Amino acid sequence: MTAYLDHASTTPLRPEALEAYAAAAALAGNPSSLHSSGRRARAAVEESREALAAAVGARPGEVVWTSGGTEADNLAVKGLYWARRDADPRRRRVLVGAAEHHAVLDCAAWLAEHEGADVRLLPVDAAGRADLDALRAELDAGAGEVALVSLMWANNEVGTVQPVAAAAELAHAAGVPLHTDAVQAVGHLPVDFAASGADALSLSAHKFGGPVGAGALLLRRGTPLVPLQHGGGQELGARSGTLDAPAARATAAALSAALADPAEPARTAALRDRLVAGLREAVPGLVLRGDPVLDAGHRLPGNAHVTVAGCEGDSLLYLLDAAGVECSTGSACQAGVPRPSHVLLAMGLDEAEAAGALRFSLGWSSTDADVDAALAAIGPAVERARRASGSARTSRARRRRPAGAVAEAS
Amino acid sequence: MRVLAAMSGGVDSAVAAARAVDAGHDVVGVHMALNRAPGTLRTGSRGCCTIEDALDARRAADLLGIPFYVWDLSESFLEEVVEDFVAEYAAGRTPNPCVRCNERIKFAALLDKGIALGFDAVCTGHYARVLPGPHGAELHRAADAAKDQSYVLAVLDADQVAHAMFPLGDAPTKERVRAEAERRGLPVARKPDSHDICFIPDGDTRGFLAEKLGEEPGEVVDEDGAVLGTHTGTYGFTVGQRKGLGLTRPAADGRPRYVLSIEPVRRTVTVGPAERLAVGELRAVEAVWSAPEPVGPVEVHVQVRAHGEAVPAVAEVAGEEVLVALRAPLTGVAPGQTVAFYAGSRVLGSATISATTPA
Repeated sequence: MTAYLDHASTTPLRPEALEAYAAAAALAGNPSSLHSSGRRARAAVEESREALAAAVGARPGEVVWTSGGTEADNLAVKGLYWARRDADPRRRRVLVGAAEHHAVLDCAAWLAEHEGADVRLLPVDAAGRADLDALRAELDAGAGEVALVSLMWANNEVGTVQPVAAAAELAHAAGVPLHTDAVQAVGHLPVDFAASGADALSLSAHKFGGPVGAGALLLRRGTPLVPLQHGGGQELGARSGTLDAPAARATAAALSAALADPAEPARTAALRDRLVAGLREAVPGLVLRGDPVLDAGHRLPGNAHVTVAGCEGDSLLYLLDAAGVECSTGSACQAGVPRPSHVLLAMGLDEAEAAGALRFSLGWSSTDADVDAALAAIGPAVERARRASGSARTSRARRRRPAGAVAEAS
Repeated sequence: MRVLAAMSGGVDSAVAAARAVDAGHDVVGVHMALNRAPGTLRTGSRGCCTIEDALDARRAADLLGIPFYVWDLSESFLEEVVEDFVAEYAAGRTPNPCVRCNERIKFAALLDKGIALGFDAVCTGHYARVLPGPHGAELHRAADAAKDQSYVLAVLDADQVAHAMFPLGDAPTKERVRAEAERRGLPVARKPDSHDICFIPDGDTRGFLAEKLGEEPGEVVDEDGAVLGTHTGTYGFTVGQRKGLGLTRPAADGRPRYVLSIEPVRRTVTVGPAERLAVGELRAVEAVWSAPEPVGPVEVHVQVRAHGEAVPAVAEVAGEEVLVALRAPLTGVAPGQTVAFYAGSRVLGSATISATTPA
């Protein structure tokens, strides 16, 4: 029996979403076709759009379906930048949070490399919270040169909730649009697009129990945006590509299920609080990272991000996995070399501290048994991992040759 | 046993891991990430640390049904292997980075971490055998002499050998290993072998060193000190090299000339005729013995290159040094190379050549 504590990577598909997906997938029809099969599929997409919009405080016309959070972030950051720059060539500055997800950061870096953008990273404090004074200073210094601000709703690694509404107010006062990556927030925290003031908001279905490969960008009416994908002109030209009726149905069903029980976030948070308290008790030297205030205004209810001094995250991950406890060292990494988290470094940790990072994330299917399993496994795992970390120093001591000890060639 | 299988993404390590699973061991696959910017090694001939290799290793582990992780050993690899390689060339010696990697990464950093995490052994796709002996595990040549890789493992001490597992040591040929991979449905069955130094995937060692060390022009001279040409860095030469010497004057007797020695401080490369390459004695330092350290002069066979022949010799440990009198002369022996000592098929140990005496 494994304890799945990696819901922030992806959370299990909710039964309601699976049922909605299967029912819609069994029906033929392209939502753009004009015959009755097409109309039926179109109705499924539009009903889902209305349900999604209602759940997040948006209007149906503000929902642009995408293939997920990454596409929504790309569409927002690049699309807003191009639109603003095209309207006014002086607007080339992009202000993004230093702790953003790579789907935002790498878009900004790409714009800097290929599209002449001037990217400025907004610093975060030790809790991972963006510095609004820095944003204000950037906007004061050159509001006429800023194309957009992008600041996430809640951090995917350390769970810190960002001051999005205040940032949007500052941006608007300077005539600048704000995008927020709310991939971790939607379905877990109260998200009201209209009230937030954001001009664009990214969401991803599989983070709240919907299918992978589905998501949306919420785009405030009248916000100019240059599309990334060209083709059939679906989604009012903002995004081309055949509309995915089953994914739309499943996304709406998942979000509806996620919000159906108002007590669910509190239940998740209570499990998380027990996990955090137990981890601290079991492991001296374990530090909770992110916002220390464990309420929904400050931190994602399912997030418990810790660093363990004197350990490497990959050793811990292996040992916990072997003990049936599944978690993450931070953001999932491709097969390449795991690097210290840019989020932790932005929060002021050094590389050694950042190396011992573990992210436990709970969700709708988490149980007390999952927390018990993690608490039972963590102590022995840390003890072992600390020994393994010490072994690296032993290895170096094996080095036999002092430099230059070999005699010169005869 | 709990076995940590080092999986490079190649066919040998995948089949080795498969055989360890078949033998009933509890196997976990690990791919060692050795380069901080793996994308840069993706072009050219394949190295052993591209993202593609990591994905191949992961797919092989999936098929074997074993857990798989990527561990970052890039810092150790840079310090212990790459920087050592550059420093050795800069000092006029000829290092073998695969020997260093086995000594300090696979059977040191990886093994030590594995043991600390509860593993009993590291399994690799090397062609060599660990056999039980009266006094513990012994390292022996592979059954397939053509593929034998015991030379690059001769640097392991007794403790490292005791924690090593080489399931391919008994394989009759490399072709049979490929056929076995095919039979097991491993997609790496037809993947080409890697021949290059993994961190120099384009094979241009001279260019790699020039980038690290810059230009250090000097003279190419004969044994009498007469200047025959110039060069841009002694690191571009190894003892025994014939081509690319850039000589402007032919030898008086018209015979080809070879690099005889390299003096990096004076930046001088000395060349001479082939017969002057023959080495009759050599001295070596930093000896490591997986067998009991020899006392007094002992008859052994020595090998100075990964695929070179073994020649009979008398070796004697004298303080920090090993003195080796060759029964038959060897050519192309360079300081910095590893000399491996054998008794029959058994590896006794190895040392690093520090000086040579002409035959």
